[in-house]
Amino acid sequence: MSGIIGKKLGMTSIFNEDGKNIPCTVIEAGPCVVTQVRTEEVDGYVAVQLGFGEARDKSTPNALKGHFKKAGTTPKSKLAEFKGFESKLKLGDEILVDVFEEGEFVDVSGTSKGKGFQGVVKRHGFAGVGQATHGQHNRLRAPGSIGAASYPARVFKGMRMAGQMGNEKVKILNLQILKVDKENNVLIVKGAIPGSNGSYVIVEK
Amino acid sequence: MNPKVQQVANSNVEIKELPSFKAGDTITVNYKIKEGNKERVQPFQGVVLCKNGKGATATFTVRKISNGIGIERIFPISSPFIEGIIINKVGVVRRSKIYYLRERTGKAARIKEKRR
Repeated sequence: MSGIIGKKLGMTSIFNEDGKNIPCTVIEAGPCVVTQVRTEEVDGYVAVQLGFGEARDKSTPNALKGHFKKAGTTPKSKLAEFKGFESKLKLGDEILVDVFEEGEFVDVSGTSKGKGFQGVVKRHGFAGVGQATHGQHNRLRAPGSIGAASYPARVFKGMRMAGQMGNEKVKILNLQILKVDKENNVLIVKGAIPGSNGSYVIVEK
Repeated sequence: MNPKVQQVANSNVEIKELPSFKAGDTITVNYKIKEGNKERVQPFQGVVLCKNGKGATATFTVRKISNGIGIERIFPISSPFIEGIIINKVGVVRRSKIYYLRERTGKAARIKEKRR
């Protein structure tokens, strides 16, 4: 699974050859720098660690500064490991957006927009009560029963309840690449991807 | 909008010379329709209800009454299927979105024409 780290820039729509209006997301993908090479002998598995996005020198811990110095780059704000790069990569190598081709299908993962502590209607799509009479007054968006009483005498694991919604890692599978712009390091994928504009995403083949 | 996103939106479309119109105008949109391999032009005449968005992704809504049933159609302004737009009437309205037209029928749904 080779890939690249990018930044979600925003959504727009473009017309394809058939004249259809296709919704798409624009990702600023790369250039990424190889900051570490994981090998079978040392780490027990083969992978490369890529860095993307400039970080301020001031806000980088000394330990990380040394890590970046070893690779011969400036401090980066986002690091991620990738497996399955075909060519042998060395420390400090640059990965550009041309690892992808037009028409290919990729997986994009990122942190979804946080919605805070939400009830079951918004979080799990419960229908609510929806009744105005028969004694209903203040239970409009309540979850209802969460199980039986003396048997099983507990609430089952995974019961859908209110809680934190969003702000979690989400991966969207099989998004088609509509365009690869090498000049501007821009990747255009069909459809939506997780996160707000400006957040980091990982694009994998 | 991010400049790079704008660039992507603009790079894909060819700039067409369309006449400028606003809500309240009566226009005819010559829309190309593909039937198998053949292409023909279908005109859609009606009142412009609103214009939405800006730049390459802007759209406009046209409403017409067909056999007593109101039909609304949203056209992307940079759609390659729009062959041309003809302005039939320039209307006098005070709003940029004239959705109130939906609730009106017959004489009440008339729009005053601009005197030239």
